[in-house]
Amino acid sequence: MTSRPRVGDSAPVRLAILGFAWAAAAFLIGGPLAIIFAEAFKPGVAAYLANLATPDTLHAIQLTVATALIAVPINTAFGIAAAWAVAKFEFRGKGLLIALIELPFSISPIVAGVAYLFVYGMQGWFGPWLQEHGIRVMFAYPAIVLASLFVTAPFVAREILPLMQQQGSHEEEAALTLGASGFRTLWSVTLPNVRWALLYGIVLTNARVMGEFGAVSVVSGNIRGVTNTLPLQIELLYQDYNAAGAFAAATVLAGIALVTIVVKLVIEKLEGKS
Amino acid sequence: MSRTPLPGFRLALGLTLAYLSVIVLLPLASLVWQASGLGAARFWTVITGDRALAAFRVTILSALAATAINGIVGLALAWALARYEFPGKRLLDALVDVPFALPTAVAGVALTALFSANGWYGAWLAPYGITIAYAPAGIAVAMAFTSLPFVVRSVQPVLEDLTDDVEEAAQTLGAGSARIFTSVVFPAIFPAFLAGLSLAFARSLGEFGAVIFIAGNQPFRTEIAALLVFIRLEEYDYPAAAAIATAMLALAFVMLLVTNAIQLWHLRYTRAS
Repeated sequence: MTSRPRVGDSAPVRLAILGFAWAAAAFLIGGPLAIIFAEAFKPGVAAYLANLATPDTLHAIQLTVATALIAVPINTAFGIAAAWAVAKFEFRGKGLLIALIELPFSISPIVAGVAYLFVYGMQGWFGPWLQEHGIRVMFAYPAIVLASLFVTAPFVAREILPLMQQQGSHEEEAALTLGASGFRTLWSVTLPNVRWALLYGIVLTNARVMGEFGAVSVVSGNIRGVTNTLPLQIELLYQDYNAAGAFAAATVLAGIALVTIVVKLVIEKLEGKS
Repeated sequence: MSRTPLPGFRLALGLTLAYLSVIVLLPLASLVWQASGLGAARFWTVITGDRALAAFRVTILSALAATAINGIVGLALAWALARYEFPGKRLLDALVDVPFALPTAVAGVALTALFSANGWYGAWLAPYGITIAYAPAGIAVAMAFTSLPFVVRSVQPVLEDLTDDVEEAAQTLGAGSARIFTSVVFPAIFPAFLAGLSLAFARSLGEFGAVIFIAGNQPFRTEIAALLVFIRLEEYDYPAAAAIATAMLALAFVMLLVTNAIQLWHLRYTRAS
């Protein structure tokens, strides 16, 4: 501990900064979280459950889960491959590759959605060919998965990459010397070493896939009860002046977001102990 | 250079490049190709049309306002989390992650409900003649919500790494707290602060889900660029949608370069000190 107080440690300054930080967090973040649940449960628990159980909302939940079931494993595999290449090897253009991996973060989801339209839509590169062969990508499940893949591609790599770089390759070299195969080394040495970061990356990818709105709203076609994911369903209900239904659906996604944050807290606690 | 005998380099790099090509580069290339089909003159006419220019102005001004809000709020949060111990610190830290994890559409409906005339905040602001929902201020609030974590998470680790001996030295030399903040602490966190601001600004420029619920979406007044792209698509005006989306993509690349330049400068700065 220091002998003298640090800058900002005098009681009035400290009180002012803490008060402002709490007030701002409560106003900007706490308020929105609270009103989701307040509005959803305003008509009562029975009405809340009934709102959730409408066929369109249930279908939206199913479609959202089905999207995550495909998109999350694919982007997890991609994140691991990308992190392995970047963390364990030196090569030219590495900086460029990292920038490319992180590129989807910087691009508006609307731009991503439009870009996919120009690949798989009728006015796009592959659209006419796909149409001829009776393959439906645009305004259907495949496009929803593709748009979700774009938006969430960087998350797993970004969570595990710094850790893998920091840990170096000594343990992997030892495993290989002992006769383990490359995949065995990845599976029993590398991944266990980054397991918490990997878990958080997967959970975050899942939350973002399930919550993606802009890109999916361009490519899904918004067909009620067919290609509406949960965030699109929230918009639809909201625009139908069905606020209670919209907020009931929103509690599902807010719940997933809260679980994601709890996972992060638990991981930080576990890491703090080890 | 590589002395590690680890296997799988070709496989991992090949998979990564193939995946990025199909998922990221192919769509972006098709977008730019579609826009280039317009020719330079028509492209320019579309993106400088009255409505498009108004949408870009609304987007950029709102993003600047949101970034300013986050400069102040984000710095205070980072300061509190990095330098103070207090009850509920974990909760405050977790709250900062909410905008990252909460879907933008959910944030959008929640903020709209809060700020609408009869909402919790709206009813309280109305007597003062302040309208946030369905007004330009609402766009800035929504953008501020989604981009809040960027400033906090950029500045917080740098503040945590600052050792107190520099501040003590300044104290010994007779500097007061205000002087130490402006000439010792702030210069040290400035590059990270700037990087956080530019990330927040870039994110705000592209934000869609949180904004469209609260904005009111009146052309020329509260219509953002991302929404105009969406509207042009619904009108089957694909060339216009491609042109405006390409302009947004170009803006995103500029912001990416700016952020990278700041981060490089930051890296050199921390290495030198």
